[in-house]
Amino acid sequence: MQNEFIFGVNSTVALQKKDFDLLLKKLQELGYEVVGPRVDEQTLRYGQINTMNDLPKGYISKQEAGRFQLIHTGHSRYFDVIPGAQSWKQFLFPSRVELFELNKNAGRWDINRTESHSPAYAFIGVRGCELAAIQIQDKAFIREDFTDPFYQERRERAFLIAVNCSNPAGTCFCASMGTGPRVESGADLILTELDNVFLLKIGSELGRNVLNGLPVESASAFLLQAAERELEQASKKMGRTLDTEDLPELLLENLDAAHWQKINSRCLSCANCTQVCPTCFCWDTVDTMSLNGTETKRERVWDSCFNPGYSYQAGGNTRPTIHSRYRQWLSHKFGTWKVQYGTLGCTGCGRCITWCPAGIDITEEIAALRKEVKK
Amino acid sequence: MNPRKPSIAVYKFSSCDGCQLSLLNMEDELLDLAEAVDIAYFLEATRAARPGPYDIAIVEGSITTEHEVERIKEVRRDAKILIALGTCATSGGVQALRNFADHKVYASKVYEHPEFLHYLPTSTPIAEHVAVDLELWGCPVNKRQVLEIITALLNNRRPNLPQYSVCLECKRSGTVCVLVDKGIPCMGPATQAGCGAICPSNGRGCYGCFGPAKSTNVDSLVHILRNAERMPGETERLFRGISGNAPAFQMAAESFISKEKK
Amino acid sequence: MIEQTLKHSTTSHTSGLLEPVWAEIVSITPEAEGISTFWIRFTDPAVAATYSFQPGQFNMVYIPGYGEAAISISSSSEDSALIGHTIRFVGNVTRAISRLKVGDVIGIRGPFGSAWPIREMEGHDVIIACGGVGLPPLRPVIYYIMNHREKFGKVYLLYGARTPSDLIFPKEYASWEEANIQVHVTVDRADEDWQGQVGVVPMLFYRFRMDAPNSLVLTCGPEIMIRFVVYEGLARRVQPENIYVSLERNMKCGQGSCGHCQLGPYFICKDGPVFRFDALQPYFNVEEF
Repeated sequence: MQNEFIFGVNSTVALQKKDFDLLLKKLQELGYEVVGPRVDEQTLRYGQINTMNDLPKGYISKQEAGRFQLIHTGHSRYFDVIPGAQSWKQFLFPSRVELFELNKNAGRWDINRTESHSPAYAFIGVRGCELAAIQIQDKAFIREDFTDPFYQERRERAFLIAVNCSNPAGTCFCASMGTGPRVESGADLILTELDNVFLLKIGSELGRNVLNGLPVESASAFLLQAAERELEQASKKMGRTLDTEDLPELLLENLDAAHWQKINSRCLSCANCTQVCPTCFCWDTVDTMSLNGTETKRERVWDSCFNPGYSYQAGGNTRPTIHSRYRQWLSHKFGTWKVQYGTLGCTGCGRCITWCPAGIDITEEIAALRKEVKK
Repeated sequence: MNPRKPSIAVYKFSSCDGCQLSLLNMEDELLDLAEAVDIAYFLEATRAARPGPYDIAIVEGSITTEHEVERIKEVRRDAKILIALGTCATSGGVQALRNFADHKVYASKVYEHPEFLHYLPTSTPIAEHVAVDLELWGCPVNKRQVLEIITALLNNRRPNLPQYSVCLECKRSGTVCVLVDKGIPCMGPATQAGCGAICPSNGRGCYGCFGPAKSTNVDSLVHILRNAERMPGETERLFRGISGNAPAFQMAAESFISKEKK
Repeated sequence: MIEQTLKHSTTSHTSGLLEPVWAEIVSITPEAEGISTFWIRFTDPAVAATYSFQPGQFNMVYIPGYGEAAISISSSSEDSALIGHTIRFVGNVTRAISRLKVGDVIGIRGPFGSAWPIREMEGHDVIIACGGVGLPPLRPVIYYIMNHREKFGKVYLLYGARTPSDLIFPKEYASWEEANIQVHVTVDRADEDWQGQVGVVPMLFYRFRMDAPNSLVLTCGPEIMIRFVVYEGLARRVQPENIYVSLERNMKCGQGSCGHCQLGPYFICKDGPVFRFDALQPYFNVEEF
């Protein structure tokens, strides 16, 4: 017989930090591969979380255009470090998957589908901007007219623990994009970190079931207020803002603006922005074959609109210059994306600013374009 | 398949043999390769050598002597398809450092009797001397890429050689950018992918041995790296490295070295 | 309950959206130097029975190990016993196709993309302006018109190629004219035997009198030709919404997923390749877009 679990969806419970491992253990027992932020070789990555000791306790990140610094402050928080280059995209839309293998037998091709062994993931610590990014990729991969089987399989089985963000970094602008720092819904559990406890808002029936049997108690008004104060502070710590008022028109009506050319001196066309972007979804196929041509394999890999082969067709590259590729990226993200999917393609996570080796800042670029156009 | 196996000849010019070794290092694939092609001339692998002409000549090394200037013409005459293998063959290699300095000074520092040396004042890529059908960069080359071009030639197919930057290989493999994260100067953003981002995945900056990537912005990278220098002259050393004789890197290096001397 | 959601932790992907179905090459018709039509039949009778397409749509043709190429369907949409692809051998995949023989098997995904506006054309004059291998995606339209000639007004085919020997489907022109389609052909460079027109396709607009308010223009070919065809149409006061353009971009997935073929808000493979010109107008003249 199970104990009656009195907390319902949308209620908020408190879990002592020392008991967080019980939650992780529960997820592992249910068969989830638990992943979250962790520090390996002085670098922040997303990887397997076995116990809460694997989480980046006591770390923060300092982020500026073209510069990321992981700093150990020794404080008691587990979720204060704003993520690095990696995003949950790598789990839901892996950078390389095998589509199929073929073997030629007597002039026919026999198809071998590698059985997919993608684990059911539990994501620990999904921030508002990242949750919004997952929802944006959902729109690209799970459509009425086309559903990507690889994405769908991973996405539908993922368990999401979101985290309210109390310590935004210098390149963050989620408040401008309306995706954070607070998470309202869209996750199975929504976590707020206080000094000694985690508050967990139950976001789904699945989340409720996972908590059942764990030593949680009702969150007191005192704790709820403390959480509220933290979140109010957070918005003010954000390092960047972006005026979204006239997007996407600003970009789509000014595709010929002189400003675009200015990027040519700085943009490396290295594709880093698109690879760290949690919403960029472009992919390419790679065909390989055995020496005698009887065995072939088709894989799909992350691609980028900055790659020279991306827009190649018979007769040459349709976007031969660096600025034409940059304009494609930016006008897609903040312009045509809205036409395609009903939402902008940016969540304000700031990765493309931090991880651009040249430190190109999209918030500055859009502001500069606006200034030029208004003149 | 072809009724007759295509013959392959492997030649060495001025080089360290490392790229030829990467052919021999294909442990899992070597038997398949020996079955698919007729290795007619490959002194590093076998002393049994049959005379040309050959279907495919694989040339390692750069041209650094008068004798090599003549010999590469013979190689070309004997081969239907000529592949330049490795960065010595595609851009001159590390020995092309002499191209930017007084070679006599270098020679006198290394050899007690430089007067016995017979060499050209420059180290140059194969394509400066004869027509090259396919270039494979790398110091050393990546064995999967070697297999890819041979497979492509055998099957009449365009080889899949990426033209994008090393950054994509870092991102696909989950390697965190050493330049942004650690401030380590890295040529990855302007270097052609193909190695699998070996250096960054081991915590080092890329030193550009796969040569310049297509349509990246070398000038901007120069600017970034000069701001990231941990010791004076670091950027110059990066651009004047293994692929230093590649035109894009050479031009970039010249642009800031000349500015400094003014 | 939760256990249930995790039960199927191993699934195999059977999505036909990323995997090809197989088809056998039944015959090969050489059309011009470096261009042939490959007639195929699906090896799975169930696929053959249900496969249908509309004029203007394309298939992703797959040669294992070499890759895929987007190829428009050049045969009649009302007879899909055999599917025709007229292919110019220019790239990695199409060169591999050029080496195939009757009896060889290829992979097909499709049909993908938008179609020519057959419904909208009814009761109107139709001007089909195309160049080079821009004709194959329009041949299904010609066949459809021939099968339902009474539904359409005057029909003009304006077609051009580099030289007389580059003209494709020349043996069919007579039958098209018999069906009361005015065929105007031009070449960039004449040879000794050429008696016809020399010049570019847009010049053919000067060879007949157009009832502009009652006309639809359909065009496909090199992008520069398309630009001038559109210009000639607009100059004669054909409304932008009555001009239809079929565009080519780097198409990879065929379903607006991989991102490669984007032009502004459109995925050419899904929202195109056939566009009403007014939808393209804001982006058509933006350089390198």
